[in-house]
Amino acid sequence: MSLMALRERLNVLVNSMFLEGLLDQQFRQLQMLQDASSPGFVAEVITLFCEDSERMLTELTKLLDQAVVDYQKVDAYVHQLKGSSSSVGAQNVKLACIQFKQFCEENNKEGCLSALNMVKHQYYSLRSKFDTMLQLEQRIQAYDSEQQN
Amino acid sequence: MAVDAEAEFHVLAVDDSLIDRKLIERLLKTSCFQVTTVDSGSKALEVLGLREDRTTPSAVSPEHNEIEVNLVITDYCMPGMTGYDLLKKIKGSSSLKDIPVVVMSSENVPSRINRCLEGGAEEFFLKPVQLSDLKRLRPHILKGRSKDQQLQREENSNTIIISSSGSKRKAMDEEPSSERTRLRFSTGSLTML
Repeated sequence: MSLMALRERLNVLVNSMFLEGLLDQQFRQLQMLQDASSPGFVAEVITLFCEDSERMLTELTKLLDQAVVDYQKVDAYVHQLKGSSSSVGAQNVKLACIQFKQFCEENNKEGCLSALNMVKHQYYSLRSKFDTMLQLEQRIQAYDSEQQN
Repeated sequence: MAVDAEAEFHVLAVDDSLIDRKLIERLLKTSCFQVTTVDSGSKALEVLGLREDRTTPSAVSPEHNEIEVNLVITDYCMPGMTGYDLLKKIKGSSSLKDIPVVVMSSENVPSRINRCLEGGAEEFFLKPVQLSDLKRLRPHILKGRSKDQQLQREENSNTIIISSSGSKRKAMDEEPSSERTRLRFSTGSLTML
């Protein structure tokens, strides 16, 4: 695939993510912070976010699996996840976390379980698109470095 | 001279979230600040040369050389020492109280904001912090610079005190903002070229 076609594909992907509400303007901020001195910035942040989120989702699943739920711990993780999704522009994940926080505050186990499922659903939808995004970006970078040699 | 002012300005960023540390570091570097990031209030105090149980800096230890910090930017919600606790420690220290402190929070709680401002914070930023927010740091840089210049001139001459803040501000406004020169636009890439 030509460089132009790759760029076009990436563009279409990112735009569709904005349209679907997966991403918000904060993601544009991240893109603006990437430049020649920091060419891998967005990829780095996305990767960190995914690692972090999956770790937290695992912990949350364990916590809600207990007979007696420690809502303080649950809240702490949801707060963290909400914060990092907000920082990277992961809009749908952030919104799902807000819902989750609500149920947590009410100590509502059923609500929390359903909210956790929603967060997972939103996260994994985003994750698969992030994976495609990173693959395309890698291929584009490969072209650029070929041209430089 | 104005170009050097920001390049030498050293910011200490404190946040327990790795992602937020990466972000604030990038934001600050893009704006030409020197940055050190730490993940807790107690580490921040170490960098500042202040141990938790003291209000004056300890003598320089062989392992840590205290670096000069011109501004502290800290998250509010952190386990252990909160951003507010850190703020109070800094403002309560005779040697550190003049360092401007900015508090960040993801939550827009007026009572929290007031508490911080009353506690001596120079600014309060809502997260996620934007490039445009960093412009609000400028008056604090200029204040710091003109204070240094004032001290310099007082040392050189006992009678003449010159305030340089006016001319500094003008020089900075005339210079193209570093954020703007870095924004390039194109399509089809994660880099907004």
